[in-house]
Amino acid sequence: MRVKYVLNEVLVGLWRNVTMTVAMIITMSVSLTMLGASVLMYMQVDQMKDFYYDKIEVSIFLAENADEGQKAAINQAIDSSPLVEKKTHETKEQAFERFKLLWKDSPDFVNAINAESLPESYRVQLKDPEKYGEFAKQIEGLPGIRQIIDQRTLLDKVFNIFNSIQLMSLVVAAVMAFAALLLVGNTIQVAAYSKRREVAVMKLVGASNWFIQAPFVLEAVVAGLIGAILGFVALFIGKVVLLDNKLQALTTILTPIPDGNVWLMLPLLAGVGALVSAVTAWVTLRFYLKV
Amino acid sequence: MIQLENVTKTYPKASRPSLDNVSVGIEKGEFVFFIGPSGSGKSTIIKLLLHEVAPTRGKVVVNAKDVTTLRSWKVPHFRRSIGCVFQDFRLLPNRTAYENVAFALEVIGKTKAVARRVVPEVLELVGLGGKEHRYPHELSGGEQQRVAVARAFVNRPLILLADEPTGNLDPDTSIEIMRLLDRINRTGTTVVMVTHDSNIVNQMRRRVIEIESGRIVRDQARGVYG
Repeated sequence: MRVKYVLNEVLVGLWRNVTMTVAMIITMSVSLTMLGASVLMYMQVDQMKDFYYDKIEVSIFLAENADEGQKAAINQAIDSSPLVEKKTHETKEQAFERFKLLWKDSPDFVNAINAESLPESYRVQLKDPEKYGEFAKQIEGLPGIRQIIDQRTLLDKVFNIFNSIQLMSLVVAAVMAFAALLLVGNTIQVAAYSKRREVAVMKLVGASNWFIQAPFVLEAVVAGLIGAILGFVALFIGKVVLLDNKLQALTTILTPIPDGNVWLMLPLLAGVGALVSAVTAWVTLRFYLKV
Repeated sequence: MIQLENVTKTYPKASRPSLDNVSVGIEKGEFVFFIGPSGSGKSTIIKLLLHEVAPTRGKVVVNAKDVTTLRSWKVPHFRRSIGCVFQDFRLLPNRTAYENVAFALEVIGKTKAVARRVVPEVLELVGLGGKEHRYPHELSGGEQQRVAVARAFVNRPLILLADEPTGNLDPDTSIEIMRLLDRINRTGTTVVMVTHDSNIVNQMRRRVIEIESGRIVRDQARGVYG
């Protein structure tokens, strides 16, 4: 009976002030959509890093005039470095083969080059691509090296763009969340005011605090959950419409977002929405009801 | 049953204390009037006993519990042993007499079945048999106060606090309410009533404690308004 009472109070409460409830749900869902998008983007960048970092190499191009002793020293330095995962050596001939393959559509260009004009190089995969700086320091002083190129710096530019988009959506999510909090607080105040007589009697006859507060807190939680579900739907539609259709070209660069990750957003958004609403409602009641 | 020991209560921003070093003891089953002019501090006593306000200094003991050190989460349970009636009745306008009394039971966790058994009984006791399904606006002032008394008494509290319960009623109705409170007192319930209705105090001839400017100026076993 108490459960029924509380649930009934929740529904009545949500209906009593329906415009405010709708405003609360909309801001909540927009905020949660942005949060979901941001988290998805974060997971995506992580996944792409895993994917690309496995493939990136540090190229150490040798100088034209490097002698055998210098080459051996460089080889030795790479082999003895604990940071190195794998090393391949590319001779001038191999470099030329690769060059021919790369430019096979422009035979004139290929003909103008011969193997001698391409540098000999070592291709090194690091155990942890983030440790490039450390590795570079170990070998850059050695004589006979012309240039060290880290492919990661190129990729990082791409990731930086993703990171800033992600940050932006986080900021929007935070601002909207703030607006949502104010609306939750206001809705709870209105609800508490319209039930002030009941609350006064309940306090007088000794109803427990949780029993007095539960309908209000649950009211906010239900609104938060509805907001979360709407936010999730928006996210899902956004993913299908934008990534799977309109921006499909991008998916050749982007690794695809697994549906599992998108579904993962449902419990996340629901949890965040419900928790944030509940805490806001509870704090508001502390100030407003003084139970 | 009720013990005030050197209680001083100063409200914030007040120039002088509402209660100034008040000590008083009330035994189980007593019927006590607190009288005095407006602002003398008599309503503060009710608030202290309900733990609505905490004393600035001193100790308040109710039902052998030290209210001053009562943890706030224990206050609701503590209040279940106290019934309370006010000048303005404090009934819920959108509920019938029956529902108003049942509400008080249901919000402290009693089942509907308990309410169905107990509520008609207590409404009969206060003389509202047959009017269970009237709304407050369909009842006279006296009848509304009877509903309030029924609500305060339905849980069989050890103490009944009444803050000017006849303040809004005409003299005849007031006397009926006093008879009702007297009947409740005879069941063993301690009744503490704050009033400035001299008629009633003079007729009842019960213990009278007079307060003036926050101090007890008189405590008489079978007193009159004076």
